[in-house]
Order: sequence, then C-alpha cells, then structure tokens
Amino acid sequence: MSELTGTTTLVRFGLRRDRVLLPVWAAVFVVTVVSSASATVGLYPTLASRTEAASAVNDIPAVVALYGRVWDPTSLGALSIMKMSALGAALLSVFAAILVVRHTRAEEENGRLELLGATVVGRRAALSAALLVTSVGLAAIGVLTALGQTAVGLPAAGSWAFGLAWATTGLCFAAVAAVAAQLTTSARSATGWAAVAIGVAYVLRAFGDTAGNDSGPGLWSWLSPIGWGQQVRPYAGDRFWVLLLPLLFSTAAVGAAYALAARRDLGAGLLPDRPGPARAAAPLRSPLALAWRLQRGGLVGWAAGYVVLGLVFGNIASNLDDMLGSPQAREFIAKLGGTQVITDAFLATEFSFLAVITAAYGVSASLRLHTEEQSGRAELVLATAVPRIRWLASHVVVALAGTTVLSLVAGVTAGVANAFATGSTDHLGSVVGGVLVHLPAMWVLTGLVVLIVGHAPRLVLLSWAALVGFLLVGELGLLFSFPQWAMDLSPFAHVPKLPGAAMAWPPELVLAAVAVVLLVIGTIGFRRRDLDTS
Amino acid sequence: MPPSVTFGALAGPRRLPTVGCMADAITVQGLVKSFGRTRALDGLDLRVEAGEVHGFLGPNGAGKTTTLRILLGLLKADAGHVTLLGGDPWRDAVALHRRLAYVPGDVALWPTLTGGEVIDLLGRMRGGLDDARRADLLERFDLDPTKKARTYSKGNRQKVALIAALASDVELLLLDEPTAGLDPLMESSFRDYIRAERGNGRTVLLSSHILAEAEALSDRVTIIRAGRVVESGSLDDLRHLRRTSIAAELRQPPDGLSSLAGVHDVRVVGHRLTCEVDAHALDSVLQALGRLGVVTLTSQPPSLEELFLRHYVEATAP
Repeated sequence: MSELTGTTTLVRFGLRRDRVLLPVWAAVFVVTVVSSASATVGLYPTLASRTEAASAVNDIPAVVALYGRVWDPTSLGALSIMKMSALGAALLSVFAAILVVRHTRAEEENGRLELLGATVVGRRAALSAALLVTSVGLAAIGVLTALGQTAVGLPAAGSWAFGLAWATTGLCFAAVAAVAAQLTTSARSATGWAAVAIGVAYVLRAFGDTAGNDSGPGLWSWLSPIGWGQQVRPYAGDRFWVLLLPLLFSTAAVGAAYALAARRDLGAGLLPDRPGPARAAAPLRSPLALAWRLQRGGLVGWAAGYVVLGLVFGNIASNLDDMLGSPQAREFIAKLGGTQVITDAFLATEFSFLAVITAAYGVSASLRLHTEEQSGRAELVLATAVPRIRWLASHVVVALAGTTVLSLVAGVTAGVANAFATGSTDHLGSVVGGVLVHLPAMWVLTGLVVLIVGHAPRLVLLSWAALVGFLLVGELGLLFSFPQWAMDLSPFAHVPKLPGAAMAWPPELVLAAVAVVLLVIGTIGFRRRDLDTS
Repeated sequence: MPPSVTFGALAGPRRLPTVGCMADAITVQGLVKSFGRTRALDGLDLRVEAGEVHGFLGPNGAGKTTTLRILLGLLKADAGHVTLLGGDPWRDAVALHRRLAYVPGDVALWPTLTGGEVIDLLGRMRGGLDDARRADLLERFDLDPTKKARTYSKGNRQKVALIAALASDVELLLLDEPTAGLDPLMESSFRDYIRAERGNGRTVLLSSHILAEAEALSDRVTIIRAGRVVESGSLDDLRHLRRTSIAAELRQPPDGLSSLAGVHDVRVVGHRLTCEVDAHALDSVLQALGRLGVVTLTSQPPSLEELFLRHYVEATAP
C-alpha cells in the first residue's frame, strides 16, 4: 500500500484548497435543479396539464435531441428534470473533469506535485486524492439533490435515482479526465480531451434519443454515460440497476488511468517530447503569430468537433419527418406550414444552444490573455517593442476569428449534410445564416472578457459566471417566470431565431456595437493599468 | 588635467565619456510605488551612467524587480521622476524597448515552443537579432535550441531569455537576477560575456543578491532596502565605509584595544584577538598591534557581502 501513502493528507489538503469552489459549485447545481423542480410543481398542478406538456416534449425531435425524452408523461418528477437530466449531467461532468485535472495534471504542470512527490507521498497518492476529492464533491451534490427534490414534494425513490444518476455520470467523466491527465502534458489539453468526451457522449445520446420511441431509446444512447443517467429513468420507473453501467465504466477508466500513470515519469505524458525546430519559422515574429501558434491546435480540435456536430444536426434535420411520433403531431405540423417549419425550428433551437458553446470557445480563447499575463509570459513580450494594444489584440483576434470559423464550420457541414440527405441545396444559405446570426452575441462575451481583463483582472472568473448565467437564464427563465429585463440581460436572447423567423438587423447591430464598446473600454483600461504578475 | 564636466546636481565627473550620449542611461528620482497598503518603493533614487555595469543590490522584497518593471513601463510609478535612455519609460515604452533587452528573474516560457523559436520570436519582436552572436551564445551557454520549453529546467529557461537578450543589438541590458538558476560554469560564461559587452559600450543594470557577481562585474552599485537606497557609489567608494576583519595572535594579552575608536566586536581568547576595524582606524589599530608584538596576522578583504549583511541585519533589527 506504500504507493498510496499520504493520500489522506492530500485529500484533506485538496478539500481545503477547494473549500470555496466546491460548495459554490454544489450550491449552483442543487439550487438550480431543486428550484426548477419546485417551479414545475407549481406550473403543472393537474395530471392533464403535465401529460400535455410531456407529450409536447416527446413529439418535438429538436427538444428530444437537446434534452431527452420524458419517460413517463404522467410523472411530475420526470417532467421537472427534463432539462436537467442530460444538460445538467453534462455540466456536472465538466465540473468533475475540471476538478480532477486541477488536482493532477495542473499540479504537475506547475511543479507543485514535484514538491509533494519529494515528500512522503506514494506514487498513486496524487491521482487517488484527486479522484477522492472529486467523488466527495459529486456525492455531496447527489445526496443534496435527492434530499432537495424530496423536500419539494417529489417521490423519494425517484429523487435518489436522480441524485445518484447525476453523481455517477459525473464520476464517469472524472475517470475520463484522470485518463486524459496521464496522456497529455498540459492541464489545458487534458480538460479539452475530457470536454470532447463529454460532447461525444451528449451527441451519442441525442442520436439515440431521437432514433428511439416511447418504449426506449436507440442503441446510441446506451453507448453514452449521459445516456445511462437518463436510462435510470428517475420518477419514471427508477431503474436503479442501470447505475451499474456508470460504476463499471468508471472503475475500468480509473484502472486505465492508474496503469497509464505507472508507465510514465513525473511531468511527462505518455508520448515523449520530440525535438522541434531550432529556428522559428519566418512568420513567427508578432504577438498575433504567437497567439495563433498557441491556439491553433485547440481551434483545430474544436473545428473537428463542430464538423461532427454539423453533420449530426444536418442529418437529424433531414430525417425529422420520419421521426414525428404521432399522426396528431404530423397533422399539427402540417397545419403550421409543413415539414420545413419543423426542420427550421429544430435547427434554430440547436444553433442557439451551439451559440452558447461557441461563445465558451471565445471566452476561453480570450482568457489566454489572463493566463499569459499571470504566468509572466506577457511580461516577456511586453518588454520587447510590442505595444500593449497589439498584444491585447492578438488573442482577441483569435477569439473573434475562432468563433466565426467554428460557426461557419458547423453551419456549412450542417447545410451540406442536409443538402445531401434531401437532395436539394435550397436551404444551404439559410442553415449557414442560422449559425452566423449568433456571432454578435458571442462577440459580446469576448468583449466582456476584455473589459474584465482591462479593468479588474482578478475577477476574470466572472466571465465564465456570466456565460453560465446567460445559459441558465435562457434555459430556465420561462420556467421561473423571470422578469423580461432579466431575460434580456443575455445577449443570446436578442438574436433572431433563424432559420424560420424573420431576420432582424437592429438587435444584431446593437449587439455588435455593445461588443465593440466593451472591447474599446477594456483596451483603454488595459493600456492604463499595471501589468499584473503574481 | 582635463576640465571635468558636470550635469546638474546628480552627475559627477564622467568616468567613461561616451560620444553622442550626453545623458545618463537611467535616472530615477524619488520613485514611489505602492501595491495596496504595501509601499514597495519609497522615494528610490538611481543613476546608471551610459556604458557602465551597475549592480543593483538588495534582499528579496527590497523592490528591485518593481523598479525594473517601472523602468520597462510594465508598472506605472505613483510618484517620482524616471528617465530611461532619454525617454519616459511609460509613455515611450515601445520606442525605448527597441533599444533595450530585459531578462526577468523568473522566466516563464511557452511550453510548446522550442528554445530556439522563443529566442527568435523575442529577438524579432524587439527589432531583430544578430545571427552570428545567437549561434555563439548557444554554444557558450550549451543550450539545445530544439527542445520544447516545457522540458527545460529553470536554468535553461533563463538561458533562453539571456541569449535572446544578449543576441539583440541593444544599448541597455536590464537583467533581473540573471544567473539565479545557472550552474557555476555557465555563470562564469555569463560574466565573461558581460565584461565583453561593457567593452562594447553597452550599459548593463544587473539586479542581484549574489554579491560576488555584482562585485566581479559592476563599476558601481546601488544597494536598496525596503524601497529606499541605503548606499550608492563605486566599489571603491563603498569600501571605505566598510570594516576589515582582523584576526591576530600576539606576544602579550591584547588588553585595551576595544577602547580605540573605530574598533568593533572585539573578542579575546588568551593571546588571540579577532575584531572588526573601520577603515579610518586601521592605521592606529595596526600600530597598537605592533606594540604588542604580532605572531600571526590575517585580515579579511572587505567583501560586499558584509556590507550587504550589515544593512540587511540593521533593517530587520528592531
């Protein structure tokens, strides 16, 4: 057991280090899910009303693809967790992955693990401690969720099924992150790979759920940890045995992580670092070239993911006709104006969700400004003949251009996939436009990052908080009957719902103007302030 | 005797008159900088003449790095007057940075770039670097430029920044504890290079707490503590302020020596004596020792270390 020596100390140290982060995250998850359950209870008092709402969900493939199916239309609990079971589990998985990487690869990268490794700490202690700290966080969220759901009046069994489904889904991706942390050499790419895995799991279950029917999902959903969580079917059968799947998967992945860890040296990845060029290529002579060099790998990875997403969206959109569940739904759609209406509505829904994810890329790319500054690398650049504004612009340009490129990639692949499936290119333009229409809203987020970096660099986490806030307001605002002004705070609320709706230029121009103003104010602040190197 | 030219109250006779460079490379007067409630610089003065190697000494946290960052325009001074190469380091940062190179004390590099790429990138962003000198420096410092920066040790990261700085054709080098991570062999390469650079007329501001380094390289030093200058001048100027350690074995018990002016820390064991002597009292002490009859005598040359330690200890003493 000497390989585990010191694990307890490291767990205690880890919990202490995250004493603010863990409770805040846990509170956000628990409060969101419990309050939306409570709101649902008030919103659908009668059996008829909730059956109607649940059927509406199950009949619209766009909604099923995004959130999943309500497995028991008569169940209040099943309806209340509709938005939380897949989307919530995915966000919880991101949390778990960040936590594991933060305590493993990130520590190794900045050299702190070396400091610890030299003390009486076993070879496996750091990884074990990271997984334990994360498990503690997930368990707390699971238990508090179950208790909270029960407290607002939902059945106890379903509440526990839901809490456990959430926690075990998170556990799967904690384990995936543990594997990624062994394979890569930077925390950034470890988190990136874990995020890719979460995205793949989400898309797999979207495929499976839309391909399935009222009795069960398609095979694809059974290949996804997020799908497993949904197949526990909380409040709709409470199939606790399904929890075995995520538990088995996590065990296997953790085993793999330990096996990989045993094969490598501290600080190294599995692949040895190969020598690179002794001279810099001629174009590498400016901050922008440097920013591109640092970020191109990440952007290519994102673009690859967007190709897949675009193909998925485009294909689902062209098959919607076959997926329409009941004859009544077909009739309803026909009255609305035919299949094209529902295809457009599907794409508009998926694209507005995609816009928030793309905005997350923009935030992450522009936050490079902050990591470069904190690490002292910005100091190295700004001590050369580089004006501050050009250094600031470098990563901002990558963020703005990156969001544009990603949107184009998703739009064009979705449009082309749809054109292939339907044999008509008539809608290519409107599909691409439906993605691009969100760009000004994404740029507002990048502007917000620059504003914060320029004036209050210590508060950069606010930019993530704002993005999550906009996502929650968009997803849950109606349910909570938020006042209109609160909903309007989100830039995404003002984007015309293309394709389908009419294009409206004024909100687009206003959003673009807001983005420009934020960029300018942030830049002015950055030019005036001290460089912040801790 | 040539007429000595003076420049205002601060400048004395120029030791190394440089054609076309009428001003000092750096003048700092009354510099103040606070971070929150901490006053990092508290009325600091600094003058670096063009063409000299100037040692900038002080304990950790004395304000050396803060001063350098203000000189680079990375931080904005709260009060005081700073002139660097005739310009304002905040306002004229970009133009000035073409004429200087900086090596930070703790060098952070981009993990995925090779050392060679970083050297080229920094050099190009500064306005170009000398390829022959780059090759020569890589050899002298024994750095493999094809390795990814993530695999470099602290010393190697420092070498990357040093080579990028030294291979640039600049007038002024700002070096913040440049040898902190280098092994002794590399340190000596570094010293050779700095000496050669001085010969080429470059100005060097060298912050350090490695006193031997400053002593070996500097024409003049400025010693700071808690954001203020405690001592400034040429090494010769400072030497007279310092005490010489004397250890002697005598024929008679050395009584009464401690009553002499300028003698400190007298310890007597039998016929053996150790004491610290101020420069002005050396003469009278040696005469007194001669009268007692000297068997053996050792005197420690005044080291900057002692001076530094004295100021440091006094600073921390209540």
